[in-house]
Amino acid sequence: MKLELKDTPGQLLGALKPISDIGGNIITIIHQRDQTSAENTLKVDVVLELAEQKLDILIEALRERGCGVVRIGKHRLLQKQSLIMVGHLMHTDLTDTVDRIDQTGFAEVSELHMVMPAIDEPSSAKITLRAVSPEDMLHAVRILREVASQKDILILEPLEAVE
Amino acid sequence: MKVAIIGFGAVGQGLARALAERDMGFVITAVADSRSAAINTDGLDIPEVLARKEETGLCGDAEIGISDILASGAFDILVEVSPTNADTGEPALSTIRSALGMGRHVVTSNKGPIACAYHDLKALADQNGVMLGYEATVAGAVPVVSGLSQGLAGNTIRSLHGILNGTCNYILTRMRDEGLTYPQALQEARDLGYAEADPTYDVKGIDAAIKLVILANTVLGMNVTLNDVAITGIDSITLEALSLAEAEGATIRLIGEILPGKNQVRVSPRVIPLDHPLVVDGTLNAISVCCDLAGDVTFIGKGAGPYPTASAILADLNFIRNSYGRGA
Repeated sequence: MKLELKDTPGQLLGALKPISDIGGNIITIIHQRDQTSAENTLKVDVVLELAEQKLDILIEALRERGCGVVRIGKHRLLQKQSLIMVGHLMHTDLTDTVDRIDQTGFAEVSELHMVMPAIDEPSSAKITLRAVSPEDMLHAVRILREVASQKDILILEPLEAVE
Repeated sequence: MKVAIIGFGAVGQGLARALAERDMGFVITAVADSRSAAINTDGLDIPEVLARKEETGLCGDAEIGISDILASGAFDILVEVSPTNADTGEPALSTIRSALGMGRHVVTSNKGPIACAYHDLKALADQNGVMLGYEATVAGAVPVVSGLSQGLAGNTIRSLHGILNGTCNYILTRMRDEGLTYPQALQEARDLGYAEADPTYDVKGIDAAIKLVILANTVLGMNVTLNDVAITGIDSITLEALSLAEAEGATIRLIGEILPGKNQVRVSPRVIPLDHPLVVDGTLNAISVCCDLAGDVTFIGKGAGPYPTASAILADLNFIRNSYGRGA
């Protein structure tokens, strides 16, 4: 989000405090002094992770401190995880396998890299999932595991999975 | 102290040789295999017993057996090294119960009785004031049981991950390094004596799962059975899957996992970064634990074979001698 602050000492710190108070995780802060506008304010870009339902509370808290929110950009699917699948992936309806994840609303298949060595041989694929939160990712992996067990597909999870 | 060895295959013979070669204060007074037994309360002539076993396939007199050794009472420590029966733990379980009930220490490399009845056996040992040693049941020579229960005592173990089956690790190492297919790598493992004629027990992940049950119940304070373990084997791993992992700087290994906080125990092939300490080559075993005080600790070593197993048994025997032997 892009914030507009008064160009006086302590303003930036004051604007960041509500973010941590509310449980947000600040990833980067970009603060360029040369963008100071005529009204003696400055604009700051803050990238942060925050549960979506808390966003309105944060905006209200920032406004109370005299800090204007100029723009908010949202990337919903912050979590990413790759797994390997082995089995008859095409013949067990790959479209359905992908749909079962995409239909959740909180996770999507973002990449699929498949190798098919020979007809009637099992194929192998790297599947990359994206999800809104770590909990959603666990849920998505659980769904994929259920689908795989129904279709006799082997799922190889990474050792360091999202906890 | 007087030692009776029940089971006289590769491990039993390796132990007998190791004990005969070293003067550590142990005398072998009895041995038994599945068809015969030998007893001498003053100590058996081990080279003679080994020669007889090699020549005739019997270690002693076919007229006597394990029950005669138990009845003789001619031992302070019973070492049970017969083959594992994962379903019931028998007949070793009954032999161990009898010895503990007689007030004799027991040391075993047999996974069956420890996986099936650890809590019962431990209670029986405590009632009789004797020790039950089982270091050799998990990861051969690697001192993971004493490492976790003594070396890291006081820590809370948050997670345990391990390479606990040398056969599977050998197959997956060869598939990655040489591009062998699963059937080729399995055949090679058989030719080298790393895999049984019927490899099901290893490649389906059952052997690794039994070791997890032992670790969970004995050193992680859990109470699980083999049925509680989610098990997936390595028999459908493809070379293409290994290549896909390799492209990410990772490989595939059969990993046993215990998450005590979630009461979760599972064995499955996992994608693991190549620079992870658990990526060990060939038939090696490795166990990594994450502890609240110590952080990450990894144990690596030989997980099978007569001498590595004898090493773990000797460690238990020495512990018993130091704790209970004359002058202790």
